[in-house]
Amino acid sequence: MATKKVVPLIIERSTPGRRGYRLPELDVPEIPLSQLIPEEHLRTEPAELPEVSELEVVRHYTQLSRLNHGVDVGFYPLGSCTMKYNPRVHEDVTSLPGFAALHPYQPESSVQGAMELMFNLSEYLAVISGLEATTLQPAAGAHGELAGLMVIKAFHAHNGESHRNEMLIPDSAHGTNPASSAMVGYKVIEVPSDDRGGVDVEALKKLVGPNTAGLMLTNPNTLGLFDENICTISQIVHDAGGLLYYDGANANAILGIVRPGDMGFDVVHYNLHKTFSTPHGGGGPGSGPISVSKELAPFLPGPIVQKEGDKYVFATPEHSIGRLKSFYGHFLVFAKAYAYILSHGPKGLREVSETAVLHANYMMRRLQDVYYLPVDRHCKHEFVLSGMWQRDMGVRTTDIAKRLLDYGYHAPTVYFPLIVDEAIMIEPTETEPKSTLDEFIEAMRAIAQEAKEYPENLTSAPHHTPVTRLDESRAARQPILRWQKP
Amino acid sequence: MRYIPLTQDEKQEMLDVLGIASVQELFDDIPEHILLDQDLELPEALSEAELVKHFRELAKKNSDLSSVVSFMGAGAYDHLTPSVIKHIIGRGEFLTAYTPYQAEISQGVLQSTFEYQSLIAEITGMEVANASMYDGATALAEACLMSCAATRRELVVLPSTLHPEWQEVVKLYLENQDVQIAYLPYDRQTGIIDPNAVGGINWSDVACVVVQQPNFFGLLENAAALGELIHEHGGLFIMAVDPISLSLLKSPGELGADIVVGDGQSLGNAMGFGGPSLGFFAASGSKLIRRMPGRVVGETVDTEGKRGFVLTLQTREQHIRREKATSNICSNQALNALIAAIYLNVLGKVGYQEVGMQCLQKANYFKQRLLEIEGLSAPFSAPSFREFVIQGDVDWAEINQRLLEQGFLGGLPLDGCGLAGHVLFSVTEARTKEEMDTFITLLRGLI
Ligand SMILES: Cc1ncc(COP(=O)(O)O)c(C=O)c1O
Repeated sequence: MATKKVVPLIIERSTPGRRGYRLPELDVPEIPLSQLIPEEHLRTEPAELPEVSELEVVRHYTQLSRLNHGVDVGFYPLGSCTMKYNPRVHEDVTSLPGFAALHPYQPESSVQGAMELMFNLSEYLAVISGLEATTLQPAAGAHGELAGLMVIKAFHAHNGESHRNEMLIPDSAHGTNPASSAMVGYKVIEVPSDDRGGVDVEALKKLVGPNTAGLMLTNPNTLGLFDENICTISQIVHDAGGLLYYDGANANAILGIVRPGDMGFDVVHYNLHKTFSTPHGGGGPGSGPISVSKELAPFLPGPIVQKEGDKYVFATPEHSIGRLKSFYGHFLVFAKAYAYILSHGPKGLREVSETAVLHANYMMRRLQDVYYLPVDRHCKHEFVLSGMWQRDMGVRTTDIAKRLLDYGYHAPTVYFPLIVDEAIMIEPTETEPKSTLDEFIEAMRAIAQEAKEYPENLTSAPHHTPVTRLDESRAARQPILRWQKP
Repeated sequence: MRYIPLTQDEKQEMLDVLGIASVQELFDDIPEHILLDQDLELPEALSEAELVKHFRELAKKNSDLSSVVSFMGAGAYDHLTPSVIKHIIGRGEFLTAYTPYQAEISQGVLQSTFEYQSLIAEITGMEVANASMYDGATALAEACLMSCAATRRELVVLPSTLHPEWQEVVKLYLENQDVQIAYLPYDRQTGIIDPNAVGGINWSDVACVVVQQPNFFGLLENAAALGELIHEHGGLFIMAVDPISLSLLKSPGELGADIVVGDGQSLGNAMGFGGPSLGFFAASGSKLIRRMPGRVVGETVDTEGKRGFVLTLQTREQHIRREKATSNICSNQALNALIAAIYLNVLGKVGYQEVGMQCLQKANYFKQRLLEIEGLSAPFSAPSFREFVIQGDVDWAEINQRLLEQGFLGGLPLDGCGLAGHVLFSVTEARTKEEMDTFITLLRGLI
């Protein structure tokens, strides 16, 4: 990261009369605007957009990009987000005009290749999950949750059980789980965790009942731990008439090792931008397909691709909940995920998970003497430490995170899951070389040492970044959310 | 596997540190009977070269718009896209970052998002915009839910001239929260909602009324009148707009909108068989702003007083408020929003107006030429922007198939909207007079 200089806003570089792009000359006879659109509809003032040259645009964004960390820049151990390498060939093949320049309403006969891709990916995801049918429509993980919960709700309604309005969610769950449940009108029932980091089975038994619609679970959970009681848990929920929802954010731990369907789950969402390596893009686009059991397949949102003879057709499942998004979903994103699966094959996918898990355990064991490890057992693809020991020295987890930025790393996920005080959630992924893991371990150890000796190095961090620590409470207190004309 | 760098030696070193003999032991806590004992039934791995070949073969089975001339719109538009966009978004610092949780090393994403928010607020005439939603349809659904929460009312009024897929999406979101929907019919002669014929609705129960501008048929609605009506009854006015049309049309802010949403595909984003694009979401008034869904970037300073940007107003969001959050959205469409911002910046103040102007002029030229063909007529009288409906007693699906053989993608037949014989055409600045004239000649031969 090169500069400490403030990059002006692009509008602050604007010069009246400057142009960055020219259209071809208008080649049809021009009719006066007022003859085409009545004045009452027309703007009186043009919108104040910047007036800059193409070079200024390129420089502006290049300068901004240099203020930003990404997987391409350095290690990005952001737990729960699976920041693995994004193969560039996947960008190339999916930007072919044969995919990127397709209109969603072209006749089916003219998009058979795109539909074949969707069909194949749907099948592959069903295979990986051990379930029956897939829709690619949801736009991201949280949208997949919404889709899955709506499917569950429709299933219960179809069976005359509309009274089932309670969704069980562990206290370790990601915030989208309860938020998605609320969006389908479910009451959220929190399930406590036990001291092994899993669902408290005794508590669960007491919480299920005639109103149970289902349970949402991440497995491995947000502590990075596999819930050993999963079969008992699914039995309890199913016996109560509920269904099991699998939050696939952590699927990078289980590819080819164990399938959610075999654990007893009825619905799974994938985050293609995590497990299947489609670029995170600074916050999106993601893609959150769901795979479901045979019983739930008729309720999937449509349209989905089916095969009739050697032709691919769009179809809407018999009792479909309806439509969750325009068109078919994030096609160009799932094209990249499809490429990822083909690049790896079954053995490669298993190797992905094995390596991700090995990396996480290696790092956990090399850090547990300097950071508190709340649950001491094998982790899966990520692990959660606590900054509790450092807190006693006057250093918070935020400070540790900010200090890591000085070392050239993105920080781990912090303060999540909520059940661990001062949580530090580290997910190395399988694509990092061991040397990077070792360097990061050394940085974490050095920071633990600093916390003892020079805590103010941490509390005043970061020091070497383009800006120093930013005042978040001021931003919220006096919101400035857009550029204002001076 | 080519993306996994771990060597055998390194693996052994790690196993030694862990004191285990094989990686398999790390999975000992998974009940044995559910562990997979065979490979997943997937195709074997492809090398990079094989992968490229496979994708080329699949692509060849599609007829794409690099060689086919399109007159189809209906929510996905074939606009010109400046080359510079793909070069900027290909930079790994943007492409391979995630949500800017660590602001001090994410100023690139944060500042460019702040600029995006500023641009959207500017073209919509609203106070603020969020950092993006999944698409226009879901943005509208969330705007309706937000209106219900803000007004404590549970009835939403939708125009029947709203994009049919958006109607479906809104319906699904609303019915899951037991919100009722009433529809405003459109006038068969004008093709738009008649603000004087909106009886039968108890307006004081209405949380919001939605207007799509231009509407699904490409026509301009009398938005202001509907806005006044709902405001008289204490509800909110939502406009779903096309961002290209805002270069010429009065901004929703001027028309009194409380919330503005739309789909940003037309701002430099690939059609990509329908996605990903982005939804934009803007609002005015501090009460509404604090109820907005999604991420928002705000300006602040660092410890040395230097300007910087952070995610802000986060107490609305799911990671803090959980089931009480204003929405469940987490990942959004950041890269697509970046594309939209680069597009608006490089087009600039004048270029943006020119795009709108050329769409309008070319659409009008094409419409007049179509109307010269005997048997074709314009069923609706309201003014249009980039899209319009043509009526003719012919089988448009069949004609489209024939046109496709000649390298043209015709308009969208509207049979699905109960309008047999009607077809929706779209003309952008990317079309040339020559293409339009050729299309007219071909169509004459087919009718
Ligand atoms: C455990 C978990 N569940 C759900 C989500 C939501 O996924 P998305 O951001 O794709 O909507 C996340 C994202 O960070 C997550 O970590």
